[in-house]
Amino acid sequence: MKLSRKQVEHIANLARLSLSAKEITQFQEQLSSILDYFEQLQDLDTNDILPTTRVLSIPCRLRTDYPTASLPLDDLLMNAPDTENDQFRVPQILP
Amino acid sequence: MKPNFETIIGLEVHAELETRSKMFCGCPVVDSTEAKPNIAVCPVCAGMPGSLPVVNQQAVEYALKVALALECQINNTSIFARKNYFYPDLPKGYQISQYESPLAHHGHLKIRTQSGEKNIRIRRVHMEEDTGKLTHIPPNNGKPGYSLIDLNRAGVPLLEIVSEPDIRSAEEARSYAVTLRTLLRYLGVNSGDMQKGVIRIEPNVSIRPIGSSEFYTRTEIKNLNSFRALERAVAYEIQRQQNLFRQGKTIVQQTMGWDESHQKTFPQRTKEEEEDYRYFPEPDIPPLVIEDEWIERIRAALPELPAAKYKRFIKTYRLSSDDADLLISAQSISNYFESTVSTCPDIPPRTVANWITGELFGLINQRNITFEDIKILPRELSALLSLLHHGEINTNTAKAVLTEMFETGNDPKTIVSKSGLNQISNIAQIAKIIHDVIAANPKELETYLNGKETVSQWFFGQVMRGTGGKANPKIVKAELNRQLLELKRKQ
Repeated sequence: MKLSRKQVEHIANLARLSLSAKEITQFQEQLSSILDYFEQLQDLDTNDILPTTRVLSIPCRLRTDYPTASLPLDDLLMNAPDTENDQFRVPQILP
Repeated sequence: MKPNFETIIGLEVHAELETRSKMFCGCPVVDSTEAKPNIAVCPVCAGMPGSLPVVNQQAVEYALKVALALECQINNTSIFARKNYFYPDLPKGYQISQYESPLAHHGHLKIRTQSGEKNIRIRRVHMEEDTGKLTHIPPNNGKPGYSLIDLNRAGVPLLEIVSEPDIRSAEEARSYAVTLRTLLRYLGVNSGDMQKGVIRIEPNVSIRPIGSSEFYTRTEIKNLNSFRALERAVAYEIQRQQNLFRQGKTIVQQTMGWDESHQKTFPQRTKEEEEDYRYFPEPDIPPLVIEDEWIERIRAALPELPAAKYKRFIKTYRLSSDDADLLISAQSISNYFESTVSTCPDIPPRTVANWITGELFGLINQRNITFEDIKILPRELSALLSLLHHGEINTNTAKAVLTEMFETGNDPKTIVSKSGLNQISNIAQIAKIIHDVIAANPKELETYLNGKETVSQWFFGQVMRGTGGKANPKIVKAELNRQLLELKRKQ
Protein backbone atom coordinates (compact mmCIF):
# COMPACT_ATOMS: atom_id res chain seq x y z
CA MET A 1 0.00 0.00 0.00
CA LYS A 2 1.56 3.24 -1.15
CA LEU A 3 0.90 6.43 0.77
CA SER A 4 0.27 9.52 -1.34
CA ARG A 5 2.35 12.65 -0.92
CA LYS A 6 -0.74 14.35 0.39
CA GLN A 7 -1.17 11.75 3.13
CA VAL A 8 2.45 12.18 4.20
CA GLU A 9 2.02 15.94 4.30
CA HIS A 10 -1.11 15.54 6.39
CA ILE A 11 0.64 13.26 8.89
CA ALA A 12 3.57 15.67 9.07
CA ASN A 13 1.20 18.53 9.69
CA LEU A 14 -0.46 16.66 12.59
CA ALA A 15 2.99 16.25 14.12
CA ARG A 16 3.74 19.92 13.44
CA LEU A 17 6.67 18.95 11.19
CA SER A 18 7.59 20.76 8.02
CA LEU A 19 9.17 18.45 5.47
CA SER A 20 11.14 19.24 2.35
CA ALA A 21 10.00 17.76 -0.98
CA LYS A 22 12.86 15.28 -0.75
CA GLU A 23 11.88 14.25 2.77
CA ILE A 24 8.29 13.72 1.72
CA THR A 25 9.44 11.27 -0.96
CA GLN A 26 11.72 9.57 1.56
CA PHE A 27 8.99 9.18 4.21
CA GLN A 28 6.45 8.21 1.59
CA GLU A 29 8.59 5.15 0.90
CA GLN A 30 9.51 4.42 4.52
CA LEU A 31 6.02 4.78 5.93
CA SER A 32 4.60 2.70 3.08
CA SER A 33 7.01 -0.12 3.79
CA ILE A 34 6.05 -0.06 7.49
CA LEU A 35 2.39 -0.32 6.51
CA ASP A 36 3.20 -3.17 4.12
CA TYR A 37 4.93 -4.99 6.93
CA PHE A 38 1.83 -4.71 9.11
CA GLU A 39 -0.32 -5.78 6.17
CA GLN A 40 1.03 -9.28 6.73
CA LEU A 41 -1.23 -9.49 9.78
CA GLN A 42 -4.22 -9.47 7.45
CA ASP A 43 -3.27 -13.00 6.39
CA LEU A 44 -4.04 -14.35 9.85
CA ASP A 45 -7.43 -15.86 10.57
CA THR A 46 -8.78 -14.00 13.65
CA ASN A 47 -12.39 -15.13 13.42
CA ASP A 48 -12.30 -17.08 16.67
CA ILE A 49 -10.24 -14.57 18.63
CA LEU A 50 -11.75 -11.87 20.82
CA PRO A 51 -10.57 -8.31 20.21
CA THR A 52 -7.54 -7.89 22.44
CA THR A 53 -5.86 -4.73 23.64
CA ARG A 54 -3.16 -6.48 25.67
CA VAL A 55 -1.63 -9.91 25.68
CA LEU A 56 -0.67 -10.00 29.37
CA SER A 57 -3.47 -10.70 31.80
CA ILE A 58 -2.19 -8.50 34.61
CA PRO A 59 -5.10 -6.53 36.09
CA CYS A 60 -4.91 -2.77 36.27
CA ARG A 61 -3.36 -1.87 39.61
CA LEU A 62 -4.92 1.14 41.25
CA ARG A 63 -3.11 3.71 43.34
CA THR A 64 -4.37 5.11 46.67
CA ASP A 65 -5.20 8.78 46.36
CA TYR A 66 -2.30 10.04 48.41
CA PRO A 67 -0.21 13.05 47.33
CA THR A 68 3.54 12.53 47.04
CA ALA A 69 6.40 14.93 46.42
CA SER A 70 6.68 16.64 43.05
CA LEU A 71 9.92 17.64 41.33
CA PRO A 72 11.89 20.65 42.58
CA LEU A 73 11.35 23.46 40.08
CA ASP A 74 15.01 23.59 39.04
CA ASP A 75 14.99 19.89 38.21
CA LEU A 76 11.75 20.20 36.26
CA LEU A 77 13.00 23.09 34.13
CA MET A 78 16.60 21.82 33.86
CA ASN A 79 16.31 20.59 30.28
CA ALA A 80 13.91 23.22 29.02
CA PRO A 81 15.29 25.10 25.99
CA ASP A 82 13.82 28.32 27.33
CA THR A 83 12.02 29.43 30.50
CA GLU A 84 10.37 32.54 31.89
CA ASN A 85 8.69 33.13 35.27
CA ASP A 86 9.24 29.50 36.31
CA GLN A 87 7.44 28.31 33.19
CA PHE A 88 8.43 26.62 29.97
CA ARG A 89 8.65 29.13 27.18
CA VAL A 90 7.77 28.02 23.65
CA PRO A 91 7.17 29.73 20.31
CA GLN A 92 3.64 30.89 19.66
CA ILE A 93 1.51 28.14 18.20
CA LEU A 94 -1.82 29.76 17.43
CA PRO A 95 -1.71 33.11 15.62
CA MET B 1 -43.20 34.08 12.06
CA LYS B 2 -43.06 30.30 12.06
CA PRO B 3 -39.53 29.05 12.72
CA ASN B 4 -38.14 27.25 9.70
CA PHE B 5 -35.30 25.53 11.51
CA GLU B 6 -34.84 23.07 14.27
CA THR B 7 -31.80 23.34 16.52
CA ILE B 8 -29.77 20.27 17.46
CA ILE B 9 -27.44 20.58 20.43
CA GLY B 10 -25.23 18.10 22.20
CA LEU B 11 -23.13 19.00 25.21
CA GLU B 12 -19.68 17.85 26.19
CA VAL B 13 -18.90 18.60 29.79
CA HIS B 14 -15.43 18.27 31.24
CA ALA B 15 -15.34 18.17 35.02
CA GLU B 16 -12.19 17.90 37.10
CA LEU B 17 -12.53 15.32 39.84
CA GLU B 18 -11.61 16.69 43.26
CA THR B 19 -9.09 14.09 44.26
CA ARG B 20 -6.05 14.91 46.39
CA SER B 21 -3.55 13.64 43.83
CA LYS B 22 -3.49 13.55 40.03
CA MET B 23 -4.99 10.89 37.75
CA PHE B 24 -1.85 8.93 36.98
CA CYS B 25 0.77 10.18 39.47
CA GLY B 26 1.06 11.29 43.09
CA CYS B 27 1.43 15.02 42.40
CA PRO B 28 -0.99 17.00 44.54
CA VAL B 29 -3.97 18.65 42.83
CA VAL B 30 -3.56 22.39 43.42
CA ASP B 31 -5.78 25.32 42.50
CA SER B 32 -4.27 26.10 39.13
CA THR B 33 -5.65 29.64 39.17
CA GLU B 34 -3.82 30.51 42.39
CA ALA B 35 -0.81 28.23 42.87
CA LYS B 36 2.67 29.25 41.76
CA PRO B 37 3.42 27.74 38.36
CA ASN B 38 4.91 24.25 38.04
CA ILE B 39 5.01 23.42 41.76
CA ALA B 40 3.01 20.20 41.37
CA VAL B 41 4.75 18.43 38.49
CA CYS B 42 6.70 15.16 38.35
CA PRO B 43 8.22 13.06 35.56
CA VAL B 44 4.87 11.32 34.89
CA CYS B 45 2.75 14.43 34.34
CA ALA B 46 5.62 16.25 32.63
CA GLY B 47 5.70 13.42 30.10
CA MET B 48 9.33 12.46 30.71
CA PRO B 49 10.58 9.28 29.01
CA GLY B 50 10.54 6.15 31.14
CA SER B 51 7.83 7.32 33.52
CA LEU B 52 4.74 5.16 33.96
CA PRO B 53 1.15 6.14 34.76
CA VAL B 54 -0.76 4.41 37.61
CA VAL B 55 -4.51 4.97 37.88
CA ASN B 56 -5.86 6.83 40.93
CA GLN B 57 -8.47 4.66 42.65
CA GLN B 58 -10.38 7.62 44.08
CA ALA B 59 -10.75 9.12 40.60
CA VAL B 60 -12.32 5.88 39.38
CA GLU B 61 -14.63 5.84 42.40
CA TYR B 62 -15.73 9.45 41.77
CA ALA B 63 -16.25 8.71 38.08
CA LEU B 64 -18.39 5.69 38.98
CA LYS B 65 -20.48 7.81 41.35
CA VAL B 66 -21.26 10.23 38.53
CA ALA B 67 -21.93 7.45 36.03
CA LEU B 68 -24.33 5.72 38.44
CA ALA B 69 -26.10 8.97 39.32
CA LEU B 70 -26.63 9.43 35.57
CA GLU B 71 -28.05 5.88 35.49
CA CYS B 72 -25.41 4.73 33.04
CA GLN B 73 -24.42 1.19 32.23
CA ILE B 74 -20.92 0.57 33.57
CA ASN B 75 -18.42 -1.34 31.48
CA ASN B 76 -16.87 -3.98 33.73
CA THR B 77 -13.78 -3.68 31.61
CA SER B 78 -12.84 -0.30 30.25
CA ILE B 79 -9.80 0.63 28.24
CA PHE B 80 -7.56 3.67 28.46
CA ALA B 81 -6.44 5.03 25.10
CA ARG B 82 -3.98 7.56 23.76
CA LYS B 83 -5.44 10.54 21.96
CA ASN B 84 -2.60 11.95 19.92
CA TYR B 85 -2.22 15.59 19.09
CA PHE B 86 0.58 18.10 19.28
CA TYR B 87 -0.02 21.18 21.33
CA PRO B 88 2.25 22.67 24.00
CA ASP B 89 -0.28 22.12 26.82
CA LEU B 90 0.12 18.36 26.31
CA PRO B 91 3.64 17.35 27.37
CA LYS B 92 3.47 13.72 26.21
CA GLY B 93 2.13 14.53 22.75
CA TYR B 94 -0.94 12.50 23.67
CA GLN B 95 -3.66 12.64 26.27
CA ILE B 96 -4.55 9.48 28.14
CA SER B 97 -8.27 9.19 27.64
CA GLN B 98 -10.81 6.48 26.91
CA TYR B 99 -12.20 5.77 23.46
CA GLU B 100 -13.58 2.34 22.73
CA SER B 101 -14.95 0.84 25.97
CA PRO B 102 -15.33 3.99 28.04
CA LEU B 103 -16.10 3.70 31.76
CA ALA B 104 -19.85 4.03 31.23
CA HIS B 105 -22.50 4.63 28.56
CA HIS B 106 -26.23 4.90 27.91
CA GLY B 107 -27.29 7.08 30.82
CA HIS B 108 -29.73 9.92 31.06
CA LEU B 109 -30.38 13.15 32.91
CA LYS B 110 -33.81 14.68 33.42
CA ILE B 111 -33.92 18.43 33.07
CA ARG B 112 -36.72 20.89 33.72
CA THR B 113 -37.81 23.11 30.86
CA GLN B 114 -40.60 25.60 30.43
CA SER B 115 -42.73 22.86 28.92
CA GLY B 116 -42.01 20.37 31.71
CA GLU B 117 -39.53 17.61 32.38
CA LYS B 118 -37.34 16.41 29.55
CA ASN B 119 -35.05 13.42 29.31
CA ILE B 120 -31.59 14.02 27.86
CA ARG B 121 -29.73 10.84 26.99
CA ILE B 122 -26.09 10.52 28.01
CA ARG B 123 -23.97 8.87 25.34
CA ARG B 124 -20.87 8.16 27.41
CA VAL B 125 -18.90 9.02 30.52
CA HIS B 126 -15.17 8.53 30.40
CA MET B 127 -12.03 9.35 32.35
CA GLU B 128 -9.06 11.27 31.10
CA GLU B 129 -6.40 13.72 32.25
CA ASP B 130 -6.46 17.49 32.10
CA THR B 131 -3.91 19.46 30.09
CA GLY B 132 -1.45 22.11 31.21
CA LYS B 133 -2.24 25.80 31.16
CA LEU B 134 -0.86 28.14 28.52
CA THR B 135 -0.38 31.86 28.78
CA HIS B 136 -0.08 33.48 25.37
CA ILE B 137 2.14 36.54 25.15
CA PRO B 138 1.27 38.50 21.99
CA PRO B 139 3.89 39.90 19.62
CA ASN B 140 5.25 43.22 20.81
CA ASN B 141 7.31 45.87 18.97
CA GLY B 142 8.34 43.46 16.27
CA LYS B 143 9.25 40.75 18.80
CA PRO B 144 7.38 37.55 18.03
CA GLY B 145 4.73 36.26 20.43
CA TYR B 146 5.31 33.18 22.57
CA SER B 147 3.58 30.97 25.11
CA LEU B 148 4.36 30.06 28.71
CA ILE B 149 3.50 26.59 30.02
CA ASP B 150 2.39 25.77 33.55
CA LEU B 151 1.91 22.03 34.09
CA ASN B 152 0.21 22.15 37.51
CA ARG B 153 -3.09 21.20 35.89
CA ALA B 154 -1.58 18.59 33.55
CA GLY B 155 -2.71 15.16 34.70
CA VAL B 156 -5.53 16.29 36.98
CA PRO B 157 -8.35 13.72 36.73
CA LEU B 158 -10.97 14.82 34.28
CA LEU B 159 -14.36 13.32 33.59
CA GLU B 160 -15.94 13.81 30.20
CA ILE B 161 -19.70 13.53 30.03
CA VAL B 162 -21.14 13.50 26.52
CA SER B 163 -24.85 13.93 25.88
CA GLU B 164 -26.77 12.72 22.86
CA PRO B 165 -27.93 15.57 20.58
CA ASP B 166 -31.27 15.75 22.40
CA ILE B 167 -31.14 19.43 23.32
CA ARG B 168 -33.25 21.77 21.19
CA SER B 169 -32.67 25.31 22.46
CA ALA B 170 -30.24 27.59 24.28
CA GLU B 171 -32.50 27.48 27.37
CA GLU B 172 -32.44 23.69 27.42
CA ALA B 173 -28.65 23.73 27.06
CA ARG B 174 -28.44 25.96 30.10
CA SER B 175 -30.88 23.83 32.08
CA TYR B 176 -28.89 20.69 31.27
CA ALA B 177 -25.63 22.33 32.34
CA VAL B 178 -27.09 23.69 35.59
CA THR B 179 -28.69 20.34 36.45
CA LEU B 180 -25.48 18.47 35.76
CA ARG B 181 -23.37 20.88 37.81
CA THR B 182 -25.73 20.57 40.79
CA LEU B 183 -25.50 16.79 40.51
CA LEU B 184 -21.68 16.86 40.50
CA ARG B 185 -21.70 19.08 43.60
CA TYR B 186 -24.12 16.77 45.42
CA LEU B 187 -21.80 13.87 44.71
CA GLY B 188 -18.91 15.83 46.20
CA VAL B 189 -16.72 15.31 43.15
CA ASN B 190 -16.54 18.86 41.75
CA SER B 191 -17.01 22.35 43.20
CA GLY B 192 -18.75 23.56 40.04
CA ASP B 193 -16.72 26.76 39.93
CA MET B 194 -16.89 27.74 36.26
CA GLN B 195 -14.72 30.82 36.74
CA LYS B 196 -11.88 28.60 37.93
CA GLY B 197 -12.50 26.29 35.00
CA VAL B 198 -12.99 23.12 37.08
CA ILE B 199 -16.07 22.49 34.97
CA ARG B 200 -16.07 23.33 31.27
CA ILE B 201 -19.08 23.18 29.03
CA GLU B 202 -18.74 22.78 25.29
CA PRO B 203 -21.94 22.75 23.28
CA ASN B 204 -21.98 21.59 19.69
CA VAL B 205 -24.66 23.25 17.66
CA SER B 206 -26.24 22.55 14.31
CA ILE B 207 -29.50 23.46 12.66
CA ARG B 208 -31.68 21.69 10.13
CA PRO B 209 -34.82 22.61 8.25
CA ILE B 210 -37.88 21.44 10.14
CA GLY B 211 -38.98 18.06 8.89
CA SER B 212 -35.47 16.92 8.04
CA SER B 213 -34.07 14.02 10.01
CA GLU B 214 -30.43 14.21 8.96
CA PHE B 215 -27.75 16.01 10.90
CA TYR B 216 -26.07 19.02 9.32
CA THR B 217 -22.59 20.42 9.94
CA ARG B 218 -22.07 21.38 13.56
CA THR B 219 -19.79 23.80 15.30
CA GLU B 220 -18.39 23.46 18.78
CA ILE B 221 -18.16 26.42 21.17
CA LYS B 222 -15.37 26.66 23.72
CA ASN B 223 -14.25 28.89 26.60
CA LEU B 224 -17.64 29.57 28.13
CA ASN B 225 -17.13 30.52 31.75
CA SER B 226 -20.69 31.04 32.94
CA PHE B 227 -24.16 29.65 32.32
CA ARG B 228 -25.16 33.00 30.91
CA ALA B 229 -22.31 32.87 28.42
CA LEU B 230 -23.39 29.34 27.49
CA GLU B 231 -26.97 30.40 26.81
CA ARG B 232 -25.99 33.52 24.88
CA ALA B 233 -23.28 31.83 22.85
CA VAL B 234 -25.64 29.04 21.78
CA ALA B 235 -28.38 31.53 20.89
CA TYR B 236 -25.88 33.58 18.89
CA GLU B 237 -24.54 30.51 17.09
CA ILE B 238 -28.05 29.34 16.15
CA GLN B 239 -28.77 32.74 14.66
CA ARG B 240 -25.43 32.84 12.81
CA GLN B 241 -26.01 29.42 11.27
CA GLN B 242 -29.58 30.31 10.25
CA ASN B 243 -28.32 33.44 8.50
CA LEU B 244 -25.65 31.47 6.63
CA PHE B 245 -28.20 28.82 5.68
CA ARG B 246 -30.67 31.39 4.37
CA GLN B 247 -27.95 33.07 2.32
CA GLY B 248 -27.04 29.69 0.84
CA LYS B 249 -23.58 29.77 2.42
CA THR B 250 -21.79 26.77 3.88
CA ILE B 251 -21.46 26.18 7.58
CA VAL B 252 -17.89 25.07 8.25
CA GLN B 253 -17.19 22.41 10.87
CA GLN B 254 -15.00 24.28 13.29
CA THR B 255 -14.37 25.24 16.86
CA MET B 256 -15.74 28.62 17.81
CA GLY B 257 -14.64 30.78 20.71
CA TRP B 258 -16.97 33.05 22.67
CA ASP B 259 -16.08 36.71 22.80
CA GLU B 260 -17.65 37.93 26.04
CA SER B 261 -17.07 41.63 25.43
CA HIS B 262 -18.64 41.62 21.97
CA GLN B 263 -21.17 38.89 22.79
CA LYS B 264 -20.40 36.91 19.67
CA THR B 265 -18.78 33.66 18.58
CA PHE B 266 -15.67 33.67 16.41
CA PRO B 267 -13.84 30.86 14.59
CA GLN B 268 -10.88 29.48 16.57
CA ARG B 269 -9.55 26.64 14.48
CA THR B 270 -10.81 24.08 12.05
CA LYS B 271 -11.43 20.97 14.05
CA GLU B 272 -9.27 17.92 13.62
CA GLU B 273 -11.14 14.92 12.29
CA GLU B 274 -11.55 12.15 14.82
CA GLU B 275 -9.23 9.90 12.83
CA ASP B 276 -6.52 12.54 13.12
CA TYR B 277 -6.27 11.73 16.84
CA ARG B 278 -5.07 8.26 15.96
CA TYR B 279 -6.50 6.71 19.11
CA PHE B 280 -4.98 3.43 20.21
CA PRO B 281 -5.07 1.45 23.47
CA GLU B 282 -2.69 2.87 26.09
CA PRO B 283 0.05 0.24 26.33
CA ASP B 284 1.16 1.45 29.78
CA ILE B 285 -2.18 0.78 31.52
CA PRO B 286 -3.85 -2.63 31.57
CA PRO B 287 -7.63 -2.77 31.04
CA LEU B 288 -9.48 -1.36 34.05
CA VAL B 289 -11.62 -4.10 35.57
CA ILE B 290 -14.49 -2.98 37.77
CA GLU B 291 -16.21 -5.74 39.74
CA ASP B 292 -19.98 -5.60 40.23
CA GLU B 293 -19.44 -5.63 43.96
CA TRP B 294 -17.59 -2.30 43.78
CA ILE B 295 -20.33 -0.80 41.60
CA GLU B 296 -23.05 -1.91 44.00
CA ARG B 297 -21.18 -0.57 47.01
CA ILE B 298 -20.96 2.86 45.38
CA ARG B 299 -24.57 2.75 44.21
CA ALA B 300 -25.75 2.00 47.75
CA ALA B 301 -23.79 4.95 49.14
CA LEU B 302 -25.16 7.56 46.70
CA PRO B 303 -26.73 10.51 48.53
CA GLU B 304 -30.25 11.74 47.87
CA LEU B 305 -29.89 13.32 44.42
CA PRO B 306 -31.17 16.80 43.50
CA ALA B 307 -34.09 15.58 41.38
CA ALA B 308 -35.44 13.38 44.19
CA LYS B 309 -34.92 16.13 46.75
CA TYR B 310 -36.76 18.65 44.56
CA LYS B 311 -39.81 16.39 44.38
CA ARG B 312 -39.67 15.61 48.09
CA PHE B 313 -39.45 19.31 49.04
CA ILE B 314 -42.53 20.15 46.99
CA LYS B 315 -44.48 17.21 48.37
CA THR B 316 -43.39 17.32 52.03
CA TYR B 317 -43.06 21.04 52.56
CA ARG B 318 -45.57 22.28 49.99
CA LEU B 319 -43.02 24.64 48.46
CA SER B 320 -43.36 26.43 45.16
CA SER B 321 -41.33 25.02 42.28
CA ASP B 322 -39.09 28.10 42.30
CA ASP B 323 -38.38 27.91 46.03
CA ALA B 324 -37.69 24.18 45.85
CA ASP B 325 -35.35 24.81 42.94
CA LEU B 326 -33.39 27.46 44.83
CA LEU B 327 -33.20 25.40 48.02
CA ILE B 328 -31.93 22.23 46.36
CA SER B 329 -29.27 24.07 44.35
CA ALA B 330 -26.70 23.04 46.95
CA GLN B 331 -26.79 20.55 49.80
CA SER B 332 -25.57 23.21 52.23
CA ILE B 333 -28.73 25.20 51.47
CA SER B 334 -31.18 22.31 51.55
CA ASN B 335 -29.66 21.05 54.81
CA TYR B 336 -29.94 24.53 56.29
CA PHE B 337 -33.58 24.74 55.28
CA GLU B 338 -34.43 21.34 56.76
CA SER B 339 -32.58 22.08 60.02
CA THR B 340 -34.44 25.36 60.39
CA VAL B 341 -37.80 23.77 59.67
CA SER B 342 -37.17 20.98 62.19
CA THR B 343 -36.48 23.51 64.98
CA CYS B 344 -39.64 25.56 64.46
CA PRO B 345 -42.47 23.10 63.84
CA ASP B 346 -45.19 25.74 64.35
CA ILE B 347 -43.98 27.90 61.44
CA PRO B 348 -45.05 26.91 57.91
CA PRO B 349 -42.04 25.60 55.90
CA ARG B 350 -43.06 27.92 53.09
CA THR B 351 -42.37 30.91 55.39
CA VAL B 352 -38.95 29.51 56.27
CA ALA B 353 -38.25 29.00 52.55
CA ASN B 354 -39.25 32.59 51.77
CA TRP B 355 -36.94 33.98 54.43
CA ILE B 356 -34.01 31.93 53.16
CA THR B 357 -34.51 32.52 49.43
CA GLY B 358 -35.60 36.14 49.91
CA GLU B 359 -33.89 37.89 52.81
CA LEU B 360 -30.93 35.60 53.42
CA PHE B 361 -30.03 35.20 49.74
CA GLY B 362 -30.40 38.98 49.38
CA LEU B 363 -27.85 39.60 52.13
CA ILE B 364 -25.49 36.98 50.70
CA ASN B 365 -25.65 38.55 47.24
CA GLN B 366 -25.11 42.05 48.61
CA ARG B 367 -21.98 40.99 50.49
CA ASN B 368 -20.80 38.74 47.67
CA ILE B 369 -20.10 35.79 49.96
CA THR B 370 -21.14 32.15 49.69
CA PHE B 371 -23.90 30.40 51.60
CA GLU B 372 -21.32 28.40 53.57
CA ASP B 373 -19.92 31.65 55.00
CA ILE B 374 -23.04 32.80 56.81
CA LYS B 375 -22.82 33.14 60.59
CA ILE B 376 -26.50 32.54 61.33
CA LEU B 377 -27.22 29.03 62.63
CA PRO B 378 -30.47 27.35 61.55
CA ARG B 379 -31.79 27.38 65.15
CA GLU B 380 -31.11 31.12 65.37
CA LEU B 381 -33.08 31.74 62.20
CA SER B 382 -35.94 29.72 63.61
CA ALA B 383 -35.72 31.70 66.89
CA LEU B 384 -36.08 34.90 64.86
CA LEU B 385 -39.04 33.52 62.94
CA SER B 386 -40.65 32.47 66.23
CA LEU B 387 -40.35 36.03 67.60
CA LEU B 388 -42.08 37.24 64.46
CA HIS B 389 -44.66 34.47 64.50
CA HIS B 390 -45.64 35.26 68.10
CA GLY B 391 -45.98 38.97 67.42
CA GLU B 392 -43.03 40.06 69.56
CA ILE B 393 -41.53 41.88 66.59
CA ASN B 394 -42.98 42.98 63.29
CA THR B 395 -41.75 42.05 59.82
CA ASN B 396 -39.63 45.15 59.31
CA THR B 397 -37.94 44.68 62.67
CA ALA B 398 -37.34 41.00 61.86
CA LYS B 399 -35.56 42.04 58.66
CA ALA B 400 -33.42 44.52 60.57
CA VAL B 401 -32.58 41.90 63.21
CA LEU B 402 -31.69 39.38 60.51
CA THR B 403 -29.26 41.86 59.00
CA GLU B 404 -27.62 42.35 62.39
CA MET B 405 -27.47 38.59 62.98
CA PHE B 406 -25.88 38.30 59.56
CA GLU B 407 -23.22 40.89 60.41
CA THR B 408 -22.46 39.95 64.01
CA GLY B 409 -23.53 36.34 64.43
CA ASN B 410 -25.43 37.34 67.59
CA ASP B 411 -28.64 35.52 68.45
CA PRO B 412 -31.93 37.30 67.73
CA LYS B 413 -33.26 37.45 71.32
CA THR B 414 -30.17 39.29 72.52
CA ILE B 415 -30.36 41.75 69.63
CA VAL B 416 -34.07 42.41 70.19
CA SER B 417 -33.84 42.96 73.95
CA LYS B 418 -30.59 44.96 73.81
CA SER B 419 -31.86 47.42 71.26
CA GLY B 420 -35.42 47.55 72.64
CA LEU B 421 -36.83 46.43 69.35
CA ASN B 422 -39.60 44.41 70.95
CA GLN B 423 -42.88 45.17 69.32
CA ILE B 424 -45.25 47.05 71.54
CA SER B 425 -48.36 44.94 71.76
CA ASN B 426 -49.52 46.08 75.17
CA ILE B 427 -52.87 47.77 74.55
CA ALA B 428 -52.72 50.05 77.60
CA GLN B 429 -49.30 51.31 76.52
CA ILE B 430 -50.45 51.88 72.95
CA ALA B 431 -53.66 53.58 74.10
CA LYS B 432 -51.60 56.03 76.16
CA ILE B 433 -49.35 56.87 73.20
CA ILE B 434 -52.36 57.44 70.94
CA HIS B 435 -54.04 59.60 73.55
CA ASP B 436 -50.92 61.78 73.81
CA VAL B 437 -50.56 62.14 70.04
CA ILE B 438 -54.19 63.23 69.67
CA ALA B 439 -53.89 65.67 72.53
CA ALA B 440 -50.75 67.21 71.05
CA ASN B 441 -52.44 67.90 67.69
CA PRO B 442 -55.73 69.73 68.30
CA LYS B 443 -55.83 71.27 64.78
CA GLU B 444 -55.71 67.90 63.05
CA LEU B 445 -58.28 66.56 65.46
CA GLU B 446 -60.60 69.40 64.55
CA THR B 447 -60.20 68.68 60.84
CA TYR B 448 -61.06 65.08 61.53
CA LEU B 449 -64.09 65.96 63.59
CA ASN B 450 -65.25 68.26 60.78
CA GLY B 451 -65.59 65.21 58.59
CA LYS B 452 -62.21 64.69 56.95
CA GLU B 453 -61.75 61.11 58.04
CA THR B 454 -58.53 60.51 56.11
CA VAL B 455 -56.76 62.43 58.86
CA SER B 456 -56.88 59.20 60.85
CA GLN B 457 -54.16 57.93 58.48
CA TRP B 458 -52.02 60.88 59.46
CA PHE B 459 -52.54 60.10 63.18
CA PHE B 460 -51.58 56.47 62.49
CA GLY B 461 -48.33 57.63 60.88
CA GLN B 462 -47.54 59.88 63.86
CA VAL B 463 -48.07 57.03 66.33
CA MET B 464 -45.89 54.63 64.36
CA ARG B 465 -43.17 57.23 63.99
CA GLY B 466 -43.36 58.06 67.69
CA THR B 467 -42.70 54.42 68.59
CA GLY B 468 -39.93 53.95 66.07
CA GLY B 469 -42.11 51.49 64.19
CA LYS B 470 -42.25 49.12 67.13
CA ALA B 471 -45.94 49.37 67.86
CA ASN B 472 -48.00 46.50 66.59
CA PRO B 473 -49.72 48.14 63.60
CA LYS B 474 -52.93 46.10 63.88
CA ILE B 475 -53.44 47.12 67.49
CA VAL B 476 -52.60 50.76 66.73
CA LYS B 477 -55.15 50.87 63.93
CA ALA B 478 -57.92 49.38 66.06
CA GLU B 479 -57.18 51.49 69.14
CA LEU B 480 -56.83 54.71 67.11
CA ASN B 481 -60.18 54.14 65.43
CA ARG B 482 -61.77 53.42 68.80
CA GLN B 483 -60.45 56.64 70.36
CA LEU B 484 -61.35 58.83 67.38
CA LEU B 485 -64.90 57.48 67.16
CA GLU B 486 -65.26 58.00 70.88
CA LEU B 487 -64.28 61.68 70.50
CA LYS B 488 -66.69 62.06 67.57
CA ARG B 489 -69.54 60.66 69.62
CA LYS B 490 -68.82 63.02 72.52
CA GLN B 491 -68.96 66.03 70.17
